[in-house]
Amino acid sequence: MMRKITPVIEWGTLLLSTGMVCFFMVVILWDLISKGAPSLSWEFVSTLPRAGMTKGGILPAIIGTVLLTMITALVSVPFGISCAIYLNEYATDNWLTRTIRASIRNLSGVPSIIYGLFGLALFVQGLQMGTSMLSAGFTLGLLSLPYVIITTEEALRRIPASTREAALAVGATQFESIRDVVMPTALPGILTGVVLTLSRAAGETAPILFTGVAFYINNPAGFLNQEFMALPYHLYMLSTQHQAIEQVRPLAYGTALVLIIVVFLLNLTAFYIRYKHSKND
Amino acid sequence: MKLGVRESIDKSIKLVVKTTGLLVIAILGGIFFMLLWNTIAFFLKIHPLDFITGTQWNPSGDPEVYGILPLLVSTCLVTLGAMVIAIPLGIGTAAYLSEYASMRVKSVLKPMIEMLAAVPSVAIGFLGIVVLGPGIADIIGLSNGLNAMNGAILLAVMALPTIITVTDDALHGVPGTYREASYGVGASKWQTLIKVTIPAAGPGIMAAVMLGVGRAIGETMTVLMATGNAAAFPKGFFHSVRTITATIAIEMGEVPYQTTHYYSLFAIAAVLFLITLGVNLTGEYFVNKFRKYHSA
Repeated sequence: MMRKITPVIEWGTLLLSTGMVCFFMVVILWDLISKGAPSLSWEFVSTLPRAGMTKGGILPAIIGTVLLTMITALVSVPFGISCAIYLNEYATDNWLTRTIRASIRNLSGVPSIIYGLFGLALFVQGLQMGTSMLSAGFTLGLLSLPYVIITTEEALRRIPASTREAALAVGATQFESIRDVVMPTALPGILTGVVLTLSRAAGETAPILFTGVAFYINNPAGFLNQEFMALPYHLYMLSTQHQAIEQVRPLAYGTALVLIIVVFLLNLTAFYIRYKHSKND
Repeated sequence: MKLGVRESIDKSIKLVVKTTGLLVIAILGGIFFMLLWNTIAFFLKIHPLDFITGTQWNPSGDPEVYGILPLLVSTCLVTLGAMVIAIPLGIGTAAYLSEYASMRVKSVLKPMIEMLAAVPSVAIGFLGIVVLGPGIADIIGLSNGLNAMNGAILLAVMALPTIITVTDDALHGVPGTYREASYGVGASKWQTLIKVTIPAAGPGIMAAVMLGVGRAIGETMTVLMATGNAAAFPKGFFHSVRTITATIAIEMGEVPYQTTHYYSLFAIAAVLFLITLGVNLTGEYFVNKFRKYHSA
């Protein structure tokens, strides 16, 4: 009797923990979708907030998050890819390379709020850029940098040495081999990493708290030297700081759902690139 | 193009990419220098011993008191709670994925766990306010559920994807011969998992746990929204707490530049930085140990 029951209990323990994890995911999605969907409408995503945030839409927050993510990409992608190329293609194994690698690993573990402080000290105060979209975008760019480097280097490492040697053998310089042979081959892998990193940056709140995000701006977003609205911060303010919290709860749910949709769409894009690439191999 | 020109392009590109590599060191150095500089400015006004052993954090009081202990204990309490939940669940799920699950189940579960990792922290915090908080308040009979337990459960949810993914990799890293040897002497699947596979993957699992701890300690928005942020010394899991990260987030927006209060926030950030650095280095130690162990 025991012999039959014991494996069921043992297996059940593992299944139970897996079930709990799935349960968390289902609760998160179910709650956000079921309560957020009624707030979603064309008006919600295409108009400005009205009546002290209790009515209207979240257009400026959407524009703010999109522009902010673009600045993040402009800072972290060229910088990160260049650094990864140095590490994987040019650098030899010496103390300098090891220091760079150690720095990258440490940077990827630095809490996001500390990036916020660094952005405040460097961009807002040090470089006199003020609390603005540029300051916040640069801060998020620095935060994303280690992830871009790590994923790009992984993609470069998967290219076999023979591919590079073939290019060198027909007379290409090292740069030409990287530009014309290595990069095009590694591109899908790099893109997957970049899009995943940007999806994380789009949902970040702590680094932009002191570097430029605002609860309300009355001009439409788009001025790089001004404060801006962003989806994650908008959700934070609506759910904790608004004077009529119960009244704006549907708007908070709507904002949360839009934010999740933006992040998941970016993730699906990354999965799609990876899936297409793995089929070609 | 002449070969000489092409070679000089190659050389200058090499210089450019090397510069970006050096800039990465400069960024970490910059963060370190910023924390150090402001912390020194803070210690010129407040004695370090008062800071480290002080049991009260009240920068707007009279006199101003800057004791980090309540914040530190809050951070540790929430992280500890999160790990008590996340470590068994994470290892259990990873063991299921790696040892029991069929390919079909895996192809559903793995993307799901990746999706869970992608949910922004502010959305998790929001659910702490609207779902988990009221739930805890109902069950325990409190007026509101914004307390350390709420934050701990949410942080567990956020740390789970990291712990599961890295533990799963560690279990996969254990050679099949280990399991076969165990089956060969008559052990069941479960005995093999508990007595052979998990111990063999031990350092890798420790690395997973350390990554989860690092993520939980440094998390800001979730704890800021879910734990109530009372400045008093933490009394337990069902009381409101205020972590280091939440304190920085709340107070940095309001302080005037270059005041003692302003510097104090960099000082607690420096403590946070050192803790996460220690946790990450420990994790790295275990990763290297795991690698060496299995390549030998």
